[in-house]
Parts: sequence; C-alpha cells; structure tokens
Amino acid sequence: MSVKTISPESVGLSRSEYNEIVRRLGRDPTPLELQLFGVMWSEHCGYKHSKLTLRSLPSSAPHLLQGPGENAGVIDIGDGWAVAFKMESHNHPSAVDPFNGAATGVGGILRDILSMGARPIALVDSLRFGPLTDPKSRRIATGVVAGIAAYGNCVGVPTVAGEIFCDPGYRDNPLVNVACLGLLRHDRIARSRAVGPGNPVLYAGARTGRDGIGGAAFASEELHEASEHEDRASVQIGDPLAGKLLIEATLEALATGDVVALQDMGAAGLTCATSEMSAHGGVGMIIDLDRVPLRESSMGADEIFRSESQERMLLVVRKGSENRISAIFRRWGLQAAVIGHITADRELRAEYHESTVVALPPYALAEAPAYRAVACEPPGLAERWITPDALSTVDPGSALLSLLRGSDVAAKRAVFEQYDHMVQIRTVVAPGAAGAAVLRIHESPPKAVAITVDGNGRLCALDPYRGTRLAVAEAAANLACVGAEPLGVTDCLNFGNPEDPEVFWTFRQSVMGITDACRALQIPVVGGNVSFYNESPEGPIPPTPVVAMVGLIRDVSQIATQSFKKDDDVVVLLGSSVPDLAASYFLTQIHGLSRGRPADVDFDIHASVLSAVREAITSGLLSSAHDCSDGGIAVALAESAIAGRIGAEVTLPYNDRAEVALFGEAPSRVAVSLSPDRLPDLQILAANHGVELVVLGRTGGSRLRIDVTDRRIVDLSLGELIEAHGALDEVFR
Amino acid sequence: MRFGVVIFPGSNCDHDCIHVLRNVLGQDVVELWHGDSSVNDVDCVVLPGGFAYGDYLRAGAVAATSPIMPAVKSFAESGRPVLGICNGFQVLLEAGLLPGAMLRNRSLQFRCRPVEMRVESTRTPFTWNLREGQILQMPIAHGEGNYFAPDDMLDEIERTGQVVFRYSEGISPNGAARFIAGLCNQAGNVVGLMPHPERAAEAILGSTDGRLLFESVVSFLESRAVVGRSSWVVATEQRSPTYDLRPTTYDRSRR
Repeated sequence: MSVKTISPESVGLSRSEYNEIVRRLGRDPTPLELQLFGVMWSEHCGYKHSKLTLRSLPSSAPHLLQGPGENAGVIDIGDGWAVAFKMESHNHPSAVDPFNGAATGVGGILRDILSMGARPIALVDSLRFGPLTDPKSRRIATGVVAGIAAYGNCVGVPTVAGEIFCDPGYRDNPLVNVACLGLLRHDRIARSRAVGPGNPVLYAGARTGRDGIGGAAFASEELHEASEHEDRASVQIGDPLAGKLLIEATLEALATGDVVALQDMGAAGLTCATSEMSAHGGVGMIIDLDRVPLRESSMGADEIFRSESQERMLLVVRKGSENRISAIFRRWGLQAAVIGHITADRELRAEYHESTVVALPPYALAEAPAYRAVACEPPGLAERWITPDALSTVDPGSALLSLLRGSDVAAKRAVFEQYDHMVQIRTVVAPGAAGAAVLRIHESPPKAVAITVDGNGRLCALDPYRGTRLAVAEAAANLACVGAEPLGVTDCLNFGNPEDPEVFWTFRQSVMGITDACRALQIPVVGGNVSFYNESPEGPIPPTPVVAMVGLIRDVSQIATQSFKKDDDVVVLLGSSVPDLAASYFLTQIHGLSRGRPADVDFDIHASVLSAVREAITSGLLSSAHDCSDGGIAVALAESAIAGRIGAEVTLPYNDRAEVALFGEAPSRVAVSLSPDRLPDLQILAANHGVELVVLGRTGGSRLRIDVTDRRIVDLSLGELIEAHGALDEVFR
Repeated sequence: MRFGVVIFPGSNCDHDCIHVLRNVLGQDVVELWHGDSSVNDVDCVVLPGGFAYGDYLRAGAVAATSPIMPAVKSFAESGRPVLGICNGFQVLLEAGLLPGAMLRNRSLQFRCRPVEMRVESTRTPFTWNLREGQILQMPIAHGEGNYFAPDDMLDEIERTGQVVFRYSEGISPNGAARFIAGLCNQAGNVVGLMPHPERAAEAILGSTDGRLLFESVVSFLESRAVVGRSSWVVATEQRSPTYDLRPTTYDRSRR
C-alpha cells in the first residue's frame, strides 16, 4: 500500500496520542509506523483505559511462578509440575461471524498457554447471548457452539466446563470468553523476553494472509448496524489442524532448550510480537518482511505487519540452533523462516523490498499511554434496589419447573455433547456433573485440578461491586463442592465504552469487587483480559466480569459431584445465610423483574463454609455437594435429584413465605447428602469450622417433595424435573 | 508385546493410547510416524483417534494415502492384529482395509458421550477373550460415525461375521446402519470401531470395559507366541471363556 499521508483518526488515534508518538520518536511517524501505533495503541492491545485500574488486583502468592504481564499466569501444583491459565474474549468477531469468531477465540487462547511452554489440557467457555427465543440470538448461539466444537475437537483439547446466560442486553453483542488451562514442568516455563544480540528471530506456523487485518482495532470499536457485513475481513479464519501441529511442534522445539523466547502472533500479529518481545527483553530487533512466509506475494508491509492470520508463533532461538528448530516445525508440516535477529541497540527495525520501513524504540510502540477515565455512578441504581412488596401468587411447583427450564439453569447437555470433553483422558468430572470440572494429572498422581467459570451480568447490572464479589464467591464455592482448594483466578472483564463515565464506573466497581474478594480468599489474579466497547445501537451490554478459577485436588479419589448417589442419604444444608428474593433468578424468570440489591458476601463466613465442605469431601463424608445459587435451594436440590435420578423429601428451615424459602438466594450455602451414619462426623466437623448445619430430609424415591413450615409446597416427579431441565436440547440439537 | 501407535498430523488420541498400553497394561509401545514407510518389528498396530490431516476432504481420506499406510496394509495382510479407533477406523475404511464408508452423523453434529455396545463376534484378536452378547460401555466422540454400506454389502458383512460391535441401546448415536459400531475384515485380524476403548480403561474415568479389548489382544499375542504358530485362527481356539458378562457400571453421576 502506498499511503503518503494518513490522519491519526483514520487509525483510531487521537490528536493527543499523535503528539505523544511524536514526543516519543522525536519526529513524525511515517504512515506505516502510524498504522502500527494504531493497532498497538488500540484498547484491545494497549489496555489504555484499564491498566491503571487493574493495578489494584492482588497478584502475588507463594505458589505463583508467573503473574500478570506474560502471556498467561503460571502456578505451582507441587512435585515439579505447574499449571498455566488465562482467559480471553472474542466478542466482536463472534458477533460478526459466530462460527469463525468463536473458533479463532479458542485458537488464540490455546497459543497464549502454549507460549508459556505448557501443553493445553482443558478449555472452558463463558457465553452470553440474547434470549434463545429470538432467531438472531439462536443463530449466533448455535454458530458459536459449533465454532468452539470445530476448533476444540480437532485440536485435541477437551472443552470441560462452561456457562451460558441469556439476556436481551447481549442480543447484538454476544460474549464469547474462553479460558485455557495448560500443564508444564517448572523448569520448562517459557517467556516472551527476547534476549541475546545476534540470536535469530524465527517465524513458525502458518503463512501470513490478508485475514484479520486490523482485528485488534476492530475489537476496540462499538458494533454498528452494518458490522455484520462490513467487518467480515477483520475476522480471522482458523485452521485447527495447523493449531494442533503448532502445539506439537512448539513443545518439541521448547524441549530442545534452544528457544530463548517466544510469543504467539495473535492480536496485532507481527507488530505486537516483535515490539513486545524486544521491549520486554530491553533489546532491539531487525526483521526482513520479505522473508515472512506469505499466502499471497503481493502483500504490503502494513498488511504483513498487521495481519492476524492464525496459528503463527515468533521465536527467538539460540544462535546456531535455527536450522534444527526450523526442521522440527517443517517436520510437522509448518512454515519456518528466520526473519531477522536480535540487536543490542534497542531499536525495532523492519526492512521491506530493500529499504527500511520502520525504525523506532520498541517500548514506544509496546507501551500504550494509560488514561484515568472519568467515572460516574449511573443515576437511578438505588431505585432498582427496591423490590415490590407484593408479588402475584404463583404455584411453587410450576415456578420450580419454569426456573429449571430457563436458559440460565437448564441443562447444557446438548452443548457439551458437541464438545469432545474427554480427549487426553483426564476428565474425571465431566461438564454438567458439578459446578467445576475435574481433570486428573496422571503425570503426578493422585493429583487433579479443578476449573470453573462464573459471572453474572444480571447481578452486576444492579450492583457491579457486589455482583462481582458474588461471581468470585460462586467460583470458589464450585471448586469447594468438588473438593478443590483455589489456586488462582483469571478474569475477563466485558464492558461497554470506557469513555462513557457510567460504564467506566461499573468497570471500576467490578475490579474493586474482584480485588476485595480475591484478597479476602487469598487467591491471586494471575492475568486476564479486558474487553471494552461491547455496545450496539441499543447501548452497552450489562457489565459482565467473568472469572475462571483453578483449584487443586490432592487426591483425585476424594472428590464430590452434585448428584444424589443413593436412597436414604440425609440431605443437609451447610451455612446459615438468610435467603432473599432481591435480585434473584426467581424475580427475573417468573416475574420479569430485574430488581433488588444483590447480597453482600461475608467472606469470613464464606471461607468457613467452603473449608468445611472441602474437608468433609476430602475426609470422604459426603455423597454429594451442590452450592445454592440461581434459583436458590429448590433449584440446587432439583439439580442433585435430576443428576442422580433419585428423589428426596425435605423440609426447609425458613419460617417465611414459601417462595423466599424455596427460591431466595444467599451466598455461602451448600446442600450436601451423606450416609446417616456419617452425620455425627459432619456435625463435629461443621462445629469445628463454626458452620451451621441443618438436616433437611432424606434422599430416595422418584419424587422431589419440599415442605415449608409443615406444608407440602412442592411435589414433582423426577420425570417432570428432567423434562423441564432438558428444555435447551431442542435449541442446540 | 510391542505395540506401534501411528501418529498422523492431527492424531489426538495417540498419547491416550500410548498411556493406556504403556502405563495401564505395561506393554512396550513405539510411535510410528506417518511419513515413515515401515512399521518396524511391532506385534500390533494401533491407528488412534483424532483428526488426521484435519479430516480435510473426508475423515481419514488423506491419512489413508500417507507413506506409512502401505506398510500397515502388508502388516495386516500378514495376519497380524491392527486396531483402528474412531479416526483410525475411518482411515481403515478409506484405505480399503475394511468395507463400507462413514457419513456425517445423522444429527450433523459432533457427539461425545458414553454409549453401550454389544460384542457380536469373538473371532478377532481384540475380542477373543470376550463373550458374544457381552455389553461394553465406553465413550464415543465423533462427527462422522454414521456407518454406511449398500444393503448387499451389509448382508455379506453380516453373513461373514464381520460385525464385531453393535450399539445396544436400541438407537445408533450417529445413524449407523444396522447399529454397527465396529467391524473386522474377513480374516478377522483388522478391527475398527468408533467408541474409544482407551477412554474407558481406568476406573477413575468411569469404565474399564475398554481395557478388555487391549487385554484381549495382549493375551492373544502372548498365546500365539506360546503356540508358536503364525495363524491367528489357531490362537483363537485356545481362548479361555471366563469373563463376566455384566458391564462394569458407568458412573453416570460424573457424566
């Protein structure tokens, strides 16, 4: 492309940002350089509006081997093994092209984990769509699921857990957040810091084409009416076979010990990899764009630099090893080309057709300016905390069936069966069997890791601080209910336009929520992703922070799932928080009211309840464990009954309105079942943790019967429960 | 015994098969590279699951033409045992080592879940330790498992006893003709099946029925070594029919 002059605005930069570039360079940037600044200083790559706020997140822990700042966080799990994990969003591409957008979202996060030297062993995803009764939302939802399946299945990494929530606020801007977990040896951690002047820079993987050019900039704009048609070229097209080969070849290359640094070429492609790697290492780099393997020979320097073609890595290797390393990639059928080398002069220089087209300090490009945005509490929030005094009467049994049918609670079986969730033969607790998936680490038996993903935009729209704390609390509860101890968190923060003070206020509240919750539970945040500009002509999406939490299980034979296991177990409630209908799923689903103030988690109580549950599981006391979240205790009990195909007869301890007892929500409550002869042990254990315990009833039979204050309120057959819970089957099959 | 697991570009279950054969069954395992032209001195060849060559064109179509396949064919022709699991089964079909073809699942979707299947033939090295009618539980995970052959070919396959496994839940999870889940060649030494025995070989994963197939071939190879004769038929006559007919229970609570 022979652009003589371009305006900063045309590459998404402001006048003041242009002036900052001139200040850093001591001259005007060339048009090509300005384009590189455009992608690197996009919100997606530069975190301009978020990085100052994110500083508050707790990111240290004794077992942390790598915190934020690299491609993913790494945490020790003992015996020389570690796990790497990270979550990323691929929202805008999925809005425009659901299948390819979601598929490349999977591919991108896999390479982040691979960049740490880890073998990807699990994927989890958190999805948000408009109501599935709406044809457009259905098309997006089925396309996204098919895209995740197509890429994840072919690449051989199991998709083991996930969540789907629907709300009209996501109709035009769905969310596709994907987290990946990888396994590695401590001594094999790889990093992106380029070092060693003279070391060759090796391009490896697929060829560079004209897809996804400027994708990072596209992700940093609001979607508009014509996005679906105009922005197709900004969406990358994935090749999962190349992704799979890249995993194998990269791990083989890393095993030689000759790889000094590596990074994937994802958002902002070659621009990001070259500038960040040299900036992190405090070195310079010379690259020759003519040596980059291309799909079409006519590509210009700007296209080669900004292409976001998938399945590409940039490596710095020890001088002299380049032929050996290249041979590994070629053996796997991939491209490998030495495109340059490291220099000592701290300058990033690019040659194209025998002239120098870029020459600037890498940090100037890699370190986007940071902004302290204006925050302003949205007016009328407190008004939405008021719930109506009287609600129309509903039949509790029908209400329970309706909650089970709702897309937030209904079984996601038809989705999970489209994903290979068993490949790599680690999956001990499969998706849907518990709030968290459990993967055995057969390299270091009897260990296992658990992973869960949680977020609730409905609650965060009402109170972003409390809603976010509830998401962290629920993730920790999901881990506890399989018997896992939390190791770390990765977050994906999905919000609207940060330049809108009200949006920025919700973002800041959310980050405070994660900060306080993770500090209280002593869980480090090891990295994550911010996705702003999730807006459509209708306005911003509900504020949607999503957390993925990873936990450790020391002995995989001591775990629990949510299903009732046998007749005549006692059903027990651990935790005494008082349920409330404010901001409940019941109010939304049954009465169409998104109102009320979400509960404030008391993390001291929460931690006690969770450690009691964990200890009960690891001591082998429990048959099942299920935390009470959306839909309250009634939904939790129904899910345990459905999963185990075993009924129960229980009496709830609350002297309140029946629907509050059944469907009211409160954090820090876990419904468990166990053999009656183990009950005394559980009572002692609960007392030791200062946790209240109430015996609710017994499992057995083929009906779920719930009494409140001596009245039978719910009496439903398993068949009715199962049918309602399977409501999403027809959407996804 | 020495097993050779073929690694195609895009094989995903290669490590899983190697883990089960090596660490669960204590066998010697070598990796066979798709680009090589020999299977060396192995006693049994396993074509693992996955998406060989991305399953571009058709599942297994490109892999069937890879350099190692002529060696696999002559290994099979010599009467020695070959097992194709899922994508490996598709490769065997495309290579003409087994009759018929795979269509996309009738649902047009990938399907991953445990299924039950019935052992229909014990004349193969992988089933000679089992009983006809025995029900096995193991997972499927595929998008193209809808087995198809013309009616006359199906009749012929049935007549010659080449149906080794049939889905036994009254429904094909993928639409496969006559509920066919697994097949053998006429000689019986080449077996392909869609379900994944390597995913059902350890109790922690919910079922150990898959291990029976591997144990079967190990004892087949061992007895053949003892008998010292080259024909697999001789060995199958030596089998000891002492297996429990009940399936090990799949722990549905974890599924």
